[in-house]
Amino acid sequence: MTEAPDTLKTTPLHGLHLELKARMVPFAGYDMPVQYPMGIMKEHQHTRARAGLFDVSHMGQVRLFGDDPAAALESLVPGDIRGLKPGRMRYTLFTNEAGGILDDLMVTNADGHLFLVVNAARKEHDIAHLTERLKGRAEVEPLPDAALMAIQGPEAAAVLARFIPEAATMAFMSYLPATFDGIPVIVTRSGYTGEDGYEISCASADADPIARRLLAEEEVEAIGLGARDSLRLEAGLCLYGHDIDETTTPVEAALEWALSKRRRQEGGFPGADTILKQLAEGAPRRRVGIRPDGRAPAREHTEITDAAGRRIGEVTSGGFGPTANAPVAMGYVETASAAADTPLQLMVRGKPLAARVAAMPFVPQRYYRG
Amino acid sequence: MTVKYTKDHEWVRIEGDVGTVGVTDFAQQQLGDVVFVELPEAGRELTLGGEAAVVESVKAASDVFAPVSGTVTESNGALVEEPSMVNSAAETDGWFFKLTLSSPSELDDLMDADAYKAYVEGLH
Repeated sequence: MTEAPDTLKTTPLHGLHLELKARMVPFAGYDMPVQYPMGIMKEHQHTRARAGLFDVSHMGQVRLFGDDPAAALESLVPGDIRGLKPGRMRYTLFTNEAGGILDDLMVTNADGHLFLVVNAARKEHDIAHLTERLKGRAEVEPLPDAALMAIQGPEAAAVLARFIPEAATMAFMSYLPATFDGIPVIVTRSGYTGEDGYEISCASADADPIARRLLAEEEVEAIGLGARDSLRLEAGLCLYGHDIDETTTPVEAALEWALSKRRRQEGGFPGADTILKQLAEGAPRRRVGIRPDGRAPAREHTEITDAAGRRIGEVTSGGFGPTANAPVAMGYVETASAAADTPLQLMVRGKPLAARVAAMPFVPQRYYRG
Repeated sequence: MTVKYTKDHEWVRIEGDVGTVGVTDFAQQQLGDVVFVELPEAGRELTLGGEAAVVESVKAASDVFAPVSGTVTESNGALVEEPSMVNSAAETDGWFFKLTLSSPSELDDLMDADAYKAYVEGLH
């Protein structure tokens, strides 16, 4: 069943999507473009070769104020937030008392406050969680009237520099308040494709003119959620609700890199006992990359067995990687089977398909390193 | 030569007692970029409406159903090698398989080209 369109919310770029003849689908309560006439394959390849513009205004944007919002937020996440220098950002996770993941998010030290970007499907949950748990320590200001778009790909920097010259030399995972044709925007050098690129936050009313200016540049095409998903899968990046959720811990999810050094020593985040114990001793299962041997993609929920046919896990994201030019997947397996090149079988339409554990990302990340 | 269509957007071209089956141009537009097909082997018995083949786009897998009952005589090896032919030539070189019809009267319940065209227009 699909939701009736009249129950869906729209982003400030909805009219532009329709004008561009996007195919619209319900996603996280929004009517969103899954692809444009170019198609997922070409949209994916265009982003890897040139520059793609994505509407991600459905995501949640939140500001945290207070005497020490970084110390307050650290009570909910395992990342080093106090150590973030002004203008720098990091990926972190809201964890629960069992060590599960409530959401993944980006946190920026916006010099005087924290700027958070959370998942669309989790934003109401996250705002309630922040408000309740940080009561008296930080003020939570959701930004429902802010739009967010991403420009991603090897030519993104050259394009954006025509409008915001100082964006060209921004460090990866940094933040810059700027103006775009006189319009105030917040730019971060970040994204969800494995490519160099930016996310641009602006007032809702300003999103359409900015998007049109960017799309008028020769290098840029509009890219839908379909290619966004295949790009992030090739980059080995998790999709909340699929690859990570309340039942997966950061160690099981192979996100140890998001457990900052100081926080490992100090603890003090929800589920720290479980997570730090797993960090020391290992977890029973682990998220791994998977390469099927043939050409058949293995989709989410495909059963994974060992070479003897015993069930050892499940695929959480899977499809065809247009840049890898092969099927790619990720999923959880028993830790004993998590080493690269371990042979696996994927039960696709009742038949075992040979596959092996593969290192991620499937396509090399090409972030800006100055 | 007669071509008939199903509500699931398969076509079957009839020559004597042999039917050639594929998906329609409308279906390939809905599927998007096709990256994989799984076709039935020669000798397999198919029944009307039963699962006959699988077509996968970047985003999702879809079943292709048998538009008529019969025995598969041949599948399109070129399509396995080049699945994007579903997009570029859905109703010609992108055929899926051929079968010998076991119940030719089943064809009477399928749509002709004009009826299918009207059916697709009704879906918009």
